[in-house]
Amino acid sequence: MSKFEFPPSIKSRPVWGTLEPRAGMHHLMIADAEGAEALLDVATPELAARAHIIFIAKGTTFGDALRALNPAQYYEGPSYAAAASRIERVLQDAKMSTQVYLAGTEGLMGQAMRACTDAGIPHTAIQTEHRGSTARRMQCVHCKGITEEVEIDPFVCSHCGLNLFVRDHYSRRLAAYQGVCIDAEDPGNVPDSKGIYE
Amino acid sequence: MSGAEKIDVTVTEITPVNELVTRFKFERTDGGLLPTFSGGAHTVVEMKDGKTTRLNPYSLMSDPMDQSAYTISVRRDDEGRGGSLFMHQRVTVGDQMVISYPVNLFSLDLRAKKHLFLAGGIGITPFLSQIKQCERLGGSWELHYACRNEALGSYVDELTSKHPYEANVYYDDQDQTIELENLLNGQPIGTHVYVCGPKGMIDWVRSTAETLGWPSEAVHYEEFLAPQPGKPFEVKLAVSNKVIQVGEDESLLEAMERSGVDAPYLCRGGACGQCETRVIDYAGNFIHRDHWLEEEEHASGDKIMPCVSRFEGKTLVLDR
Repeated sequence: MSKFEFPPSIKSRPVWGTLEPRAGMHHLMIADAEGAEALLDVATPELAARAHIIFIAKGTTFGDALRALNPAQYYEGPSYAAAASRIERVLQDAKMSTQVYLAGTEGLMGQAMRACTDAGIPHTAIQTEHRGSTARRMQCVHCKGITEEVEIDPFVCSHCGLNLFVRDHYSRRLAAYQGVCIDAEDPGNVPDSKGIYE
Repeated sequence: MSGAEKIDVTVTEITPVNELVTRFKFERTDGGLLPTFSGGAHTVVEMKDGKTTRLNPYSLMSDPMDQSAYTISVRRDDEGRGGSLFMHQRVTVGDQMVISYPVNLFSLDLRAKKHLFLAGGIGITPFLSQIKQCERLGGSWELHYACRNEALGSYVDELTSKHPYEANVYYDDQDQTIELENLLNGQPIGTHVYVCGPKGMIDWVRSTAETLGWPSEAVHYEEFLAPQPGKPFEVKLAVSNKVIQVGEDESLLEAMERSGVDAPYLCRGGACGQCETRVIDYAGNFIHRDHWLEEEEHASGDKIMPCVSRFEGKTLVLDR
């Protein structure tokens, strides 16, 4: 099952929804890995005919099923970074009659949402649905480096090497959660890492 | 005292714009500066007409940064409750009047990359100040303005001569209409649309935008409702412990004020939400006319907006 029930948290933590078909002249759908399942659930033939699907496969095999929806445009790429320039270009030319659907991991949805809001789409108008991995995109609040796909807490910053505590404090501007040094006052006193939701 | 703070002003210019519209210029009676405001703001003008005091909102159309004077344009409504007729027929240069501080329920969303203005008739007035604000801040904008005919096209000449590329005018009597679907469909991401005009035009723009997939967050509208006359009714005000009669030609809010109850208000046009009042008990039917409460709230019988809504029936008890 690709759905996960997130525990209740602070207000800063994003709340993801469930995709539903909406009226629109164009439909921009961006997903990674199991996020494809949410697109397959929402994309009626009418939607698909006006859809541009951008899919980051991450080793999954949903590509064939997405292509079978016959979207107006289809792109598949290996990573968000690889797709980023395409997404920016699509948004540059996009019209206000475009609906945006984001599905998959928090890192994918957060980054795509930032690209959309930078382009001028109100964040509340963007639909999202979490599927698949619950790994987080983390920013080290000390060195500002981003570590992708963090699954454990605490974790080691991939840039400066500090031991970071995974917070639910989220930045829409950075599309990342905040990681804070856990052993600043007593260096070396670091609890054992466990899964973020364990 | 409820409502926005008041300013004593003197009428310094009255200029007929066309057969229906007259422009009024207000300067502070004490000679001081008026507050700056933001494009789309309105002021509530107090009109003392014998025993009746009317408080009508009018959009400010002058430059928001011009503190020397405010101007408003008033369209004469021969069918209304008399506020516009009072302004047209009774107000003269040199009169002292009281207006409220500017209140803005129709401000520009400054996150927008482009502002698309749609005006119908006298609905042009908030855009006149918004355009001045956009020009000052360098914001990208475009106006589509529908008027009945050339003779009634208020400020068309000023707009088209100063802004030949941004201002587009359509005359009903020449069968010119805004090509709304094309216009909305072609707007780049980051555009916000603003509409002010008759209710039919606002509904048309909102529903077309929704069908095309525009996010409601990017669709802004302003429609001031004037309170409509109706059958007289009786209201019990539980907090003030008063039973009052609402006359045929006054609003529930005006009847409360006349009875010495200091009820909250701001726009007096069913838009801002300030006067929202809880209903304690009722037997009868509400005539809801505001566009503040949601449909479910209208149906629930729990709330009423006394500035524009009325009641028909035996009992109405309000938490005021």
